[in-house]
Amino acid sequence: MAKVRGAVVIDTEKCKGCDLCVVACPTSVLLLAKEVNGKGYNYSYMENPDSCTGCMNCAMVCPDSVITVYRLKPQKSAVEA
Amino acid sequence: MEDTIKIEDIIKPENIVFEKTSCLTDNVLSYCPGCGHGVAHRITMEVVEEMGIQDQTIGIAPVGCSVLAYDFMNIDMQQAAHGRAPAVATGLKRVYPNKFVFTYQGDGDLAAIGTAETIHACNRGENIVIIFINNGIYGMTGGQMAPTTLPGMKSSTTPYGRNAAMMGHPIKITELVAHLPGTCYVTRQAVHTPGAVRKAKKAIRKAFENQKLNKGLSFVEIVSNCNSGWKMTPVDSNNWMVENMFPYYPMGDIKDE
Repeated sequence: MAKVRGAVVIDTEKCKGCDLCVVACPTSVLLLAKEVNGKGYNYSYMENPDSCTGCMNCAMVCPDSVITVYRLKPQKSAVEA
Repeated sequence: MEDTIKIEDIIKPENIVFEKTSCLTDNVLSYCPGCGHGVAHRITMEVVEEMGIQDQTIGIAPVGCSVLAYDFMNIDMQQAAHGRAPAVATGLKRVYPNKFVFTYQGDGDLAAIGTAETIHACNRGENIVIIFINNGIYGMTGGQMAPTTLPGMKSSTTPYGRNAAMMGHPIKITELVAHLPGTCYVTRQAVHTPGAVRKAKKAIRKAFENQKLNKGLSFVEIVSNCNSGWKMTPVDSNNWMVENMFPYYPMGDIKDE
């Protein structure tokens, strides 16, 4: 089965740790870090990067637009594998 | 092996499916963590970018939490006195009829001090877009009761909950303006889930398209949270909003002509 692979990049210095992306993620990729950024917020990061499908749900609800979403275009070789 | 795709292989410019719109500036938003204002700003600016009208759009910033909207939206902006955004927008639209003019207002701005300006701009059918963020509280000044505060809802000036017998009932300004013949599109949306965000964006897009067709005033209410004013976490405040705000402020189009 071809699995869509995605990844997100989070601007951790601008993240305010509101937790909305963690709740919105359907595959439990994101989690709030124990460490804090320069403003003292527990920023969001990819805890299970392998599960990311690039569905953009996290970016849709992010109030501060700190999430950039990447998705690998499905290729023929990947479908066969 | 194709199974071992590394993250570095995915994170390439050609694989981007979502990034921050260029119509937002790089300034860090001044809102509290989890505030719906950020999403409302973003979807408004995404619509402006998709329609390619960044250099033809004029936004009116209100007084309230979103008073600094001109710092975040990378378009021409004008700041109005408290509640007077529809009046300023009226003037701008009449002087520049080919520009896209919208106001971005909170509930204290639009439904309290600016009620007269709002209702008369709607009644005149000015060809503008009003984006109304309703979180049921005065967020910027410390969580006082707003006209839209729900009965029984606690705020800093109603510590035992809003008593409708003494303080009156919450005003449904969106239903109110839907009765006026000048409005062409009146809708109520929310931005708490990915699906709701997409719907709200479609509504804002439709409002701007209506302005392009000179159809009249489009009014988009966005029911939002105020986790600081409500004294909750962002996730809890969204759940509270679904349970308590949505029964009183139901989602959906109220008028579409």
